Amino acid sequence: MPYDWGPLLITFKLALITTVILWFIAIPLAYWLAYSKSKIKFVFEALVSMPLVLPPSVLGFYLLILLGSEGIIGGFFAETFDIQLAFTFKGLVIGSIIYSLPFMVQPIQAGFQNLPPSLKEAAYTLGKSRWQTLMRVLLPNMIPSLITGVVLSFAHTIGEFGVVLMIGGNLEDTRVASIAIYDQVMNLEYAGANFYSLVLFIISFSILMAVYFFNKKVFKYF
Amino acid sequence: MLHVDLHKRFDSKHGRVQIDAQFSLQQQQVIALFGESGVGKTTVLRMLAGLTAPDSGSIRVGDVLWYNSQERLHLKPQKRSIGFVFQGYSLFPNMSVRNNIAFAQTEKSDAAVNEMLAVMGLEALAQRKPTSLSGGQQQRVALARALIRKPELLLLDEPLSALDAEMRLKLQEEILRVTRLFNTTTIVVSHDIPEVFKLANTVVVMENGKVLQQGTPGEVFAGKATTGIELVGEVLAVEAGTIKVLVGHRIVTLPTENTYSIGDKVVINPALEQAAITKIKS
Repeated sequence: MPYDWGPLLITFKLALITTVILWFIAIPLAYWLAYSKSKIKFVFEALVSMPLVLPPSVLGFYLLILLGSEGIIGGFFAETFDIQLAFTFKGLVIGSIIYSLPFMVQPIQAGFQNLPPSLKEAAYTLGKSRWQTLMRVLLPNMIPSLITGVVLSFAHTIGEFGVVLMIGGNLEDTRVASIAIYDQVMNLEYAGANFYSLVLFIISFSILMAVYFFNKKVFKYF
Repeated sequence: MLHVDLHKRFDSKHGRVQIDAQFSLQQQQVIALFGESGVGKTTVLRMLAGLTAPDSGSIRVGDVLWYNSQERLHLKPQKRSIGFVFQGYSLFPNMSVRNNIAFAQTEKSDAAVNEMLAVMGLEALAQRKPTSLSGGQQQRVALARALIRKPELLLLDEPLSALDAEMRLKLQEEILRVTRLFNTTTIVVSHDIPEVFKLANTVVVMENGKVLQQGTPGEVFAGKATTGIELVGEVLAVEAGTIKVLVGHRIVTLPTENTYSIGDKVVINPALEQAAITKIKS
């Protein structure tokens, strides 16, 4: 029987967009968490890590309240830009960014913290600005951490279920593979569930194998 | 002139240290900051570089004020004309030897990099990554990288402590050669008396965060002005009427009536008929 590839495409589109946006958010955030001497840093560290321990349904529930047309964020977007967030793909992206945030931030933060402090100081004594130091010295010397962050965020977004179900529901535009599987099982369509499951299984396994294979070569230079 | 007046209290693994370091020095010479570990030598060097903030005081290099607590002036490391060689060298692992040196330039010039590679004898290693180099080679790259900006102040934090004796001697020569060549005021942190003798014109002795003494190595370590040749060595064995002293790589037996113990650092003046031996205060 022909299968609907739609949910798989939505899944990978969501994972890709989420990972790219997270990359740009996580580097400055991880930099601040790694180097700031602020006394209230622990509050932000706890906030970033919340999605690790919070049930996805709790996160999804509050996000739905916030993103709905009555919510602070959703209301603002609806009035200002005439954009709906709840039960749309855009809403899913926002939810995924928050849900996968610790998976990008924590490896990168650890990457900054594991670099010898004198590397940064050496660049400063050579007259280099923070920006030049970040781009030319710090990031190039923590590539394994950056790869880890990207892979974990991507893989984690693919596996998302609870948050997506709460924010996106089970609509044409927001039905990701994990929800399609649940949907198929509910309708006792085991063959269809198996199709989506097998594809996710093979792709996840391939990504991880590729990382472990290439990481050997990436690590060799350090 | 280089005027330094720095105060800072901090906790180290040796307990609480209160640094009160005041000294003035002529420029264009090599100055050793000498003392036991934990007396705050490295912290003084880091405060000169702007990497550690002092509690109060001032730093003036020539006519330029780098730090003044009363005026709330604290130049960032980037704004100070310095070259800093870290204890572990801190070369950038992602860059080749050539790129490490080129990265330090304010104005890019391949010719200047080539010249520096030649001066430091690094041409053959230009394309290698720092992790594939020996300690001595890394040290030379770190010196080249620090010097290419032609800094007013070259700061060396125990640059030779990680190397074996033979390599130390070779690189001491190297440091002497390049500091003369570039005519840069150099401050080197050291706890090794022979090294201080070899490298420095002036030594600033620190103890418990305070400057104890300042002068030529001869004045400071032997307690008198130097005349003629002096050798620095370490007592290896004490026998009736003689001692065996390690000077460089040689063991010399010297007659003496004084008592010494094994491990004493001594200055020997061989110009006198019977070599005068003076124990070093340390």
